[in-house]
Amino acid sequence: MSNISQATAVSIREAVDKHSLHGHFADLEQQREAAKLGMWVFLATEVMFFGGMITGYVAYRDAYPAAFQAGSVHMLFVAGTLNTALLITASLFVALAVHAAREGRRKALIGCLAISMFLGVCFLGVKGYEYYQHYLDHKVPTRSFQWDGPDPRHAEMFFVLYFFLTGFHALHMVIGISILGFIIYFAYKGRYTPEYHNPVENAALYWHFVDIVWIFLYPMLYLVGHTHV
Amino acid sequence: MFKSDMTEKVAPKKMYILIWAALMCLTALTGGISFINLGSWSTVVAFLIATAKAGLVVTFFMHLRYERQRTIWIWAAASAIWLTLLIVLTMGDYLTRGFLRVPGK
Repeated sequence: MSNISQATAVSIREAVDKHSLHGHFADLEQQREAAKLGMWVFLATEVMFFGGMITGYVAYRDAYPAAFQAGSVHMLFVAGTLNTALLITASLFVALAVHAAREGRRKALIGCLAISMFLGVCFLGVKGYEYYQHYLDHKVPTRSFQWDGPDPRHAEMFFVLYFFLTGFHALHMVIGISILGFIIYFAYKGRYTPEYHNPVENAALYWHFVDIVWIFLYPMLYLVGHTHV
Repeated sequence: MFKSDMTEKVAPKKMYILIWAALMCLTALTGGISFINLGSWSTVVAFLIATAKAGLVVTFFMHLRYERQRTIWIWAAASAIWLTLLIVLTMGDYLTRGFLRVPGK
């Protein structure tokens, strides 16, 4: 028993020396669980944040099914599918980064996160290209919005929801990429160990969540137009 | 004392690759099916595939499968349940309007 507590005292001291254990936690395990739980609680609020817009989408699509279908025809299917693949692959590398952090492989951790950041930037590039095409196409819901088919106001609503949903998703991507940048910096500084890498895990949870949001946005916005055509 | 090396079940790297492959296949599947006219079932199928993909990400990439903290399971489930409530109750209003004749309307 005394051996264990002695070992505990030594390891806690080591952890405190590394500034990774905060004083109000009994041990690193408790701190890890608290940090992870906090992240999940935050993600639950994020679900509600996107949930409001998604509910708006469901209600308006129910009200104007034809206009939403016609609006969705203007989506760039290839770009949306490519972006889905990019995000899923980025998520894979983030998961592999956490795996590397658990095993204490610093180079693999940094490498995987760098690949994810790159894929995330590619995603934003494709998204920007799409926005530019919609702008040229006069499909941005402002005064320049043009619609040839029936019910232009209804179609405009589809584009309002499209720009809000993808815009807030892109904002989350920008935040996610920035967070990965910080994680890479601290990993380079050698802050993360197999015992302590909460920030890596929480950043990964955030990244995967943003991936899940896109997994739902992709069929909601891009795949509606093909049916009945 | 440090328990993380024992408590953190580490999933094999191969599993992540498999999940990634499954996600890519499901993406190709939902993209392909969208060109087939299934009527109102198109939306249902697309939603089911998206839910399956999200399930894979939550279960394996976000490690819910290996999570020992039940509180986290509760929060994950609560997110899904509250979102479902939000949508179901909202649509429960919109979809049932006009079911009953309101006098004077």
